[in-house]
Amino acid sequence: MPHDDHDHPHSLLPSEPALRVKALESVLVAKGLVDPAAMAAILETYETRVGPHLGARVVARAWADLNFRALLFENANAAMAELGITGRQGEHVVAVENTPGTHNMVVCTLCSCYPWPLLGIPPAWYKSDAYRARAVREPRKVLAEFGVTLPEAQKVRVWDSTAEVRYLVVPMRPEGTDGMDEAALAALVTRDSMIGTGLPLAP
Amino acid sequence: MTRVHDMGGRFGDGPVVSEPQGMVPFAKGWHRDALALTLAAGALGQWSIDRSRHVRECLSPGDYTRFSYYEIWLAALAGLLVEKGLVSREELATGKAEPGAPHPRIFRPEAVGPSLARGTPYTRDSKVAPVFSLGDRVRTRLPARNLLVAGGHTRLPSYAAGHVGTVILSHGAHVFPDSNAHGLGESPEPLYTVAFDAGDLWGAAERAGDEVTLDLWQSYLERA
Repeated sequence: MPHDDHDHPHSLLPSEPALRVKALESVLVAKGLVDPAAMAAILETYETRVGPHLGARVVARAWADLNFRALLFENANAAMAELGITGRQGEHVVAVENTPGTHNMVVCTLCSCYPWPLLGIPPAWYKSDAYRARAVREPRKVLAEFGVTLPEAQKVRVWDSTAEVRYLVVPMRPEGTDGMDEAALAALVTRDSMIGTGLPLAP
Repeated sequence: MTRVHDMGGRFGDGPVVSEPQGMVPFAKGWHRDALALTLAAGALGQWSIDRSRHVRECLSPGDYTRFSYYEIWLAALAGLLVEKGLVSREELATGKAEPGAPHPRIFRPEAVGPSLARGTPYTRDSKVAPVFSLGDRVRTRLPARNLLVAGGHTRLPSYAAGHVGTVILSHGAHVFPDSNAHGLGESPEPLYTVAFDAGDLWGAAERAGDEVTLDLWQSYLERA
């Protein structure tokens, strides 16, 4: 059955969102459906441990290590696992490579699918109607709003994540980074450069 | 026909407002609670990701549009809990519930780390053999719709319906959302990434040769 119940249960909850969460939480905790300590552990994970620094390590390793790079494009999850990176919303990762001929950019027009184990929780703009609606039709205008102008020679390929495959953009290694170690390289890899709405920092 | 969430290509949404790099802080305290509550309740295993997406998509267009992201999550969570009989409408209305023994699958803090790190793979063995190869030209279903359930969940966006593209990746068999969202089984089938020319999709591309790719199940496709 589709879920076209016009008497939506959410309308029974308080209209103010903070009160709505509290009401729902108190019912779920009282009924033994949710343990507040588990909620705290979830938040601890995504507020302190899982974020774009993990994706940046993957990209930096791919820039520095040709064997790792080959594995990343062949089997991204195997490459990530070498760095201990696995998890929810990143079960089926494909790494896509920016080149002088192609710039990749990722969106989820239908919801907000995002590679959590690599990038953490998505920023609000990624989940916004504006990004979801526009990234597929006018990616270059969207990029301009992020301060990115691509050379005319570079094709844009926008990946609409409509399934459970999650995409990691591997940006081009910036000029002037020869001899930099992985930690220094990783510091150049921004979150947005791994979504494709940004470019890595210059050294 | 489409639902409100199917907004790819829509006009009129205004600028995209970027944010600082790095980890994303929660903008409001209740966002934290909404995320944690949704993930903790999801770990009860009472609904699939496909079902939860469908319930979000079945919010009225007015609600979906005016709700912020986490309000959509919360509204869907309330819907799922009632649908599954885990919470009653009266309990939602009063905010009070009879204390209950812990659910056998309640998400315990010690399980959180391993569970989030493990994730839930969506690949499956399938009896459905792949019929397309890399480089094949394929046409998507028109209109985009669920063939099993009228108004049901589907992952073919309307903007890509009825278009011809090229298969560029083959992902093996994945759980089929159109079936799984409605309790009709996982029905795994081959999943492909198909690249479309932006000029074909939109009439005119920003730059000739730009592309949009989508991940599409085999039954959304026919040979072009």
